[in-house]
Amino acid sequence: MADFLEFQGVTKRFGKTIAVNHASFGVKKGEFFSLLGPSGCGKTTLLRMLAGFERPDEGRICLDGKDITDLPPNKRSVNTVFQNYALFPHLSVFDNIAFGLKVAGRPKDEIESEVEKMLRLVQMEDRADHFPNQISGGQKQRVAIARALVNRPRVLLLDEPLAALDLKLRQRMLLELDLIHDEVGITFLYVTHDQGEAMSLSDRIAVMHAGVCEQIARPAEVYEAPKTSFVASFIGDTNFFDGVVSACPEPNYCRLSIGGFAEVLCYNDKQKAVGDRVNLSVRPEKFRISVDPPAGAAPRLNVLRAKVEDIIYSGNHTNYWVSVGERRVAIYQQHLAYLLDEKPIRWGDEVWLSWHADNGYMLDDSAPVDESLLPPKIPQNAAAAGEAK
Amino acid sequence: MKRSFFSLAVLGVVMAFLYGPVLLIFAYGFVPNGASMSFFGADGRFLGFSGKWYSLIFGGHHSVAPLMQSFWLSLRIAGLATVVSCVIGTTAALALHRFKSRLQSVHYALVYTPLVMPDILIGISLLMLFVACGVDCGFWTILVAHVTFCVSYVTMTLLARLQDFDDRLIESAYDLGAGPWYTFFKVELPLLLPGIVAGGLLAFTLSIDDVVITSFVNGAGTNTFPTFVSSMTKHSRNLPAVFALSTLMLCFTCALVGVSKALSRNPQNSKRKSK
Repeated sequence: MADFLEFQGVTKRFGKTIAVNHASFGVKKGEFFSLLGPSGCGKTTLLRMLAGFERPDEGRICLDGKDITDLPPNKRSVNTVFQNYALFPHLSVFDNIAFGLKVAGRPKDEIESEVEKMLRLVQMEDRADHFPNQISGGQKQRVAIARALVNRPRVLLLDEPLAALDLKLRQRMLLELDLIHDEVGITFLYVTHDQGEAMSLSDRIAVMHAGVCEQIARPAEVYEAPKTSFVASFIGDTNFFDGVVSACPEPNYCRLSIGGFAEVLCYNDKQKAVGDRVNLSVRPEKFRISVDPPAGAAPRLNVLRAKVEDIIYSGNHTNYWVSVGERRVAIYQQHLAYLLDEKPIRWGDEVWLSWHADNGYMLDDSAPVDESLLPPKIPQNAAAAGEAK
Repeated sequence: MKRSFFSLAVLGVVMAFLYGPVLLIFAYGFVPNGASMSFFGADGRFLGFSGKWYSLIFGGHHSVAPLMQSFWLSLRIAGLATVVSCVIGTTAALALHRFKSRLQSVHYALVYTPLVMPDILIGISLLMLFVACGVDCGFWTILVAHVTFCVSYVTMTLLARLQDFDDRLIESAYDLGAGPWYTFFKVELPLLLPGIVAGGLLAFTLSIDDVVITSFVNGAGTNTFPTFVSSMTKHSRNLPAVFALSTLMLCFTCALVGVSKALSRNPQNSKRKSK
């Protein structure tokens, strides 16, 4: 069965740059689907093509079996929540929400009851008479959502709706968005560059990079089994190791020899053969470091000697940077052992670095990762940690 | 705050220069003797104030009939020119703002030219055009001439306004199902109205006191208020009636500005019941 919303080979060029390159994917009815990627990756262009503000150069967009590629924006049953809300400044909250219904020529009492319902949904009943410049950012956001939802769109498009809000408000709106989605059951297409938002809200995520959908999968899959090195580095932090398969000692596991590092064991789900080049990604939290060698020889555990180069205490966890051979490795470790008299790790210590072979993930492409796309290595609360020392 | 004598003096001089003449006009609208233009008789006796010029105007006396005729003509032309130039100017500004073409700078220059061109040049060239086309000069030629320069002012005023206009509002109206016309009347027009009113006011004031261009294209016997006044200043016994009428005009203009200010006040700042 065809999907509810389908992009079929959609391509859009602006001059010589290709904003969206053959995007083909489907969105299921009622799904919360996110387009995630850095700015300029084409996610907003894709959304604007669905809304009707841009026309694809190639490909079709189908909604519920109907081709909507060439329909003007006002003839599509999709509605958009714009990045900076784009509320009508000359209309009250009530009239803003009622706009779409008035356009549709609904009877007055119906408009009133529908708008009241929406105001209740977004908890803005007491602000109906206010004008957009009299309400706060979070309230504007709610009005923008209500204004779009009141028309009962087939798909609700959200273009970085939380980008303009501060952190606390963003977290609250995140929860509210989730609740609203559960309540109305409408398909949400959510565009964001914030992986946290996408991960916590979405049923599925399409990670976009340079106009291409690199991976479309559930949040956990995107994180644990990234398809490309871009996905691995954009979603969360990771350590990359370029290596060559040197041996396959048992089925599904292989040994990798990594230049300037060590020979490590790795889960070989891609059935690589000896001599193949692979790019190994190991998330910082998958490592474990300790002053004493890891107790009990667990099978398929990689154990290496390392030297601690940097420590940043972050409250709920500590970030370590250690050097192994010529490599620097980032590690996030929670303080599970803090009360168990384990020896503290200090700057310059020789430590044991260990991780299980299953926790490394092999990527096909060994393309160099664009450093500018990596999230900053230093966590946000580093400053607070500095004060705590 | 310290008040220095110097700054007060400067203020006084500036105020005197700006508003002194206006006060004089106001005062001489009540002058008792139209021939001598003096409040004092030949024997130096103060004759007091006279309201006879106002009664001439309001009474429709035949001696001020040509003056009143020119006044109504001016009002008609200014009103019409304002409406026409507002419509043309608004569409021009919207087009210039929305469609970015390679000829944009040329278009801007074309709109801008009448603002910087000397009136006398506009007047002569328009007259030549009308003569070449074989048009009889009169009401319509004056109207066309006024519209040509008023359009530029309306367009420029509105273009400045459009710089602050959030184009996403239009997209969001389309997104909510509105067509281009609905969007124009329910979103663009209400938001641009203050700009249009400001441009229209400018156009009205420019049209109602234009002498130079009008004097080229008015033809024989058709006089607007300013051209009529300028022709009668030398040799009229009814000059104080002009002052009286000017005072009335001033009051009218002030009222107009006041009303437009009240109308164009940002609706967001005034609480309004929505129902």
